[in-house]
Amino acid sequence: MPHLLEAISLKRLFPVKKDGQTRQLHAVDGIDFHIAPGETVGLVGESGCGKSTLVRLLTRTLDPSDGQVRFRNRDIGLVRSRAMALHPQRKDIQMVFQDPTDSLNPRYTARQTIAESVRLLCGLRGAEAAARVEEAAGWVGLPLALLDRYPHQLSGGQKARVGIARAIVSRPALLVLDEPTAALDVSVQTVILQLLERLKQELQMSFLFVSHDLNVVRLLCDRVLVMYLGRVVEAGPTDAVFHAPAHPYTRALIASLPGGLAGGQASAADLLVGGDPQSPIDPDPNRCRLLGRCPRGLARCGEVGPQLEDIGGGRQVACHYPAVVQHVRQ
Amino acid sequence: MNALSNPLLEVDRLAVEFRTRGGTVRALENVSLALAEGETVGLVGESGSGKSVLSFAAMGIQDAAARITAGAIRFAGQDLLAKKGAAMKALRGREMAMIFQNPRVALNPIRQVGRQIEDVLARHTDLLPAARRARAIECLAEVRIPDPERRYAAYPFELSGGMCQRVMIAIALACKPRLLIADEPTTGLDVTTQAAIMRLVRELSAERRMATLLITHDLGMAREYCDRIAVMHAGHIVEVGPTEALFAAPRHPYTERLIAATPVGAASLAELAAIDGNLPDLRRADLPACRFAERCPRRGAECERPLALAPAGASSATHLIACHRPLTAAATEARHAAFA
Ligand SMILES: Nc1ncnc2c1ncn2[C@@H]1O[C@H](COP(=O)(O)OP(=O)(O)OP(=O)(O)O)[C@@H](O)[C@H]1O
Ligand SMILES: Nc1ncnc2c1ncn2[C@@H]1O[C@H](COP(=O)(O)OP(=O)(O)OP(=O)(O)O)[C@@H](O)[C@H]1O
Ligand SMILES: [Mg+2]
Ligand SMILES: [Mg+2]
Repeated sequence: MPHLLEAISLKRLFPVKKDGQTRQLHAVDGIDFHIAPGETVGLVGESGCGKSTLVRLLTRTLDPSDGQVRFRNRDIGLVRSRAMALHPQRKDIQMVFQDPTDSLNPRYTARQTIAESVRLLCGLRGAEAAARVEEAAGWVGLPLALLDRYPHQLSGGQKARVGIARAIVSRPALLVLDEPTAALDVSVQTVILQLLERLKQELQMSFLFVSHDLNVVRLLCDRVLVMYLGRVVEAGPTDAVFHAPAHPYTRALIASLPGGLAGGQASAADLLVGGDPQSPIDPDPNRCRLLGRCPRGLARCGEVGPQLEDIGGGRQVACHYPAVVQHVRQ
Repeated sequence: MNALSNPLLEVDRLAVEFRTRGGTVRALENVSLALAEGETVGLVGESGSGKSVLSFAAMGIQDAAARITAGAIRFAGQDLLAKKGAAMKALRGREMAMIFQNPRVALNPIRQVGRQIEDVLARHTDLLPAARRARAIECLAEVRIPDPERRYAAYPFELSGGMCQRVMIAIALACKPRLLIADEPTTGLDVTTQAAIMRLVRELSAERRMATLLITHDLGMAREYCDRIAVMHAGHIVEVGPTEALFAAPRHPYTERLIAATPVGAASLAELAAIDGNLPDLRRADLPACRFAERCPRRGAECERPLALAPAGASSATHLIACHRPLTAAATEARHAAFA
């Protein structure tokens, strides 16, 4: 199947000052991945590892330092972020931002916010547009009585739902969600997750779903990408990765869940050792980024930076000493 | 433990309304909640139930459209509602601090984050400037911001969402307040960072007897860190009790539904159950005495009678519910054994 979206060696560096010198912070440091039509991909990794930066590159609200973003096989990475607002692909890639308060116009009511999306992206006006707005509000479980409120008159979770309604109202081919459920209570979260599932079944919508909530990723996503300091360290079908994580970082993440690793308690060998994460500023390319926190790290990890390699079963891992994975036949 | 004998914060039959063009939103009604020193109380409940409105009221920060129409708020015996702007401002930051739900908006976008911590220290402590800088860096390290010396000089837009959130937590904790109101402090943070921050809060509660009101949608976290839990629905507190009792045997039907909607352990999305219905429109003139009644499977004729929090049983003076047809302790205990 052709890819809907593809990232090729995608990079974004930010210049920062350190000890009086300008150096480069490698927020996204050479990422390759793709999303198929109708696929839900989860993106996980600790705070500051580059998830939002990656998302902004993909939705073209931030320009890459290097690499390509291809959408339906066309390079949209070269479209300047400012020009993207008018680009024909705009309607097909929509985004739900991490902080709903930050991303809503304080002078627009919820209705106006969603309606603007309908007008700009779908070219609809009048009664037809109004119907679309109310339909989207219904989808996200936002009571119609709240549509005429301004952001400051809404609760955190209500604002989050306005942000989601605005993004899905144009029925994009790809919806990128950055921590969409963080502000939602469990009940609303259930409504939203079941909605995404329905949009996927009915409209073949694809999702990139950024979340710290591994329970939600496990339930929602077909595939998962695990990021660590600007790189993808493991990728594969969600069930397989959760059942038998190969990368030491993924193992540590999953070991921290209440259910823990399949087949019993996490052993000390699965937890990260103390130690601070390495700096994302001009990192040594010949050194594994997890070294120093990795329970397995050996000499080779300080000499050769591991690359993402196929390990079968649709899985990839960037580690010299991954956990041995037995492929479960689906 | 009787929290009510000598509370640090006491919210007493509070009512808050918002005037809007579409009518008056009755956001809080008859809300009573007390926090003792050193105690951590969880405040949970559906989105829009009034958790943030309650915390803003306690901090004395309010929307211009807000009216406190009844009740009182006392902090260490002082009447907060009688305090004027400057007196309230002096309390905020030093004695009581709040972690807001929307971190990026709460930070000053054009000031280095380390300086923002120093500003708080300058206002509320007598540390000298040089010591303030060192303390600010220490605060950043305490919330596990890597490379805190460098991050001291960062502007909010240069930080990730989770880092901004942690800076806000650092600001709130910088002066070691006596009361912390934390509105969804760790959502969006990974479990390890979340645990580190909650450890920090716990240390301050143990060492300095800080009281914490922890607002969260994460019932697992509430259960782990809170001594007591208060459950809100549509501007009412419907149940409050010691954490273990409340989880083991929720007595209000709403609490029970809330616990059942938690995804931990679910095998598929289809298995998750959203709570039926929506919160009632809080502008309605005919809001029922029990605002959950219209969604409640146990509703009966008596549910139209006036309602207030009352002890859930003869044996439990600390477990209160506002319900005419509560679940029996034995029935829910059996059902929730699985969740534990
Ligand atoms: N404009 C900028 N200037 C300098 N550094 C930046 C900028 N934007 C992001 N960064 C840095 O890039 C790194 C990745 O940030 P990003 O927001 O992508 O993280 P994240 O994975 O989304 O984290 P979180 O889970 O906390 O939201 C961080 O170290 C951040 O400080
Ligand atoms: N300025 C305002 N004008 C009108 N209504 C308001 C205003 N501020 C809040 N509300 C309403 O009051 C109710 C309670 O809001 P609050 O922000 O306290 O909810 P919450 O429990 O914190 O929810 P969440 O978990 O989503 O943050 C909501 O229905 C909200 O829409
Ligand atoms: Mg982010
Ligand atoms: Mg809130």
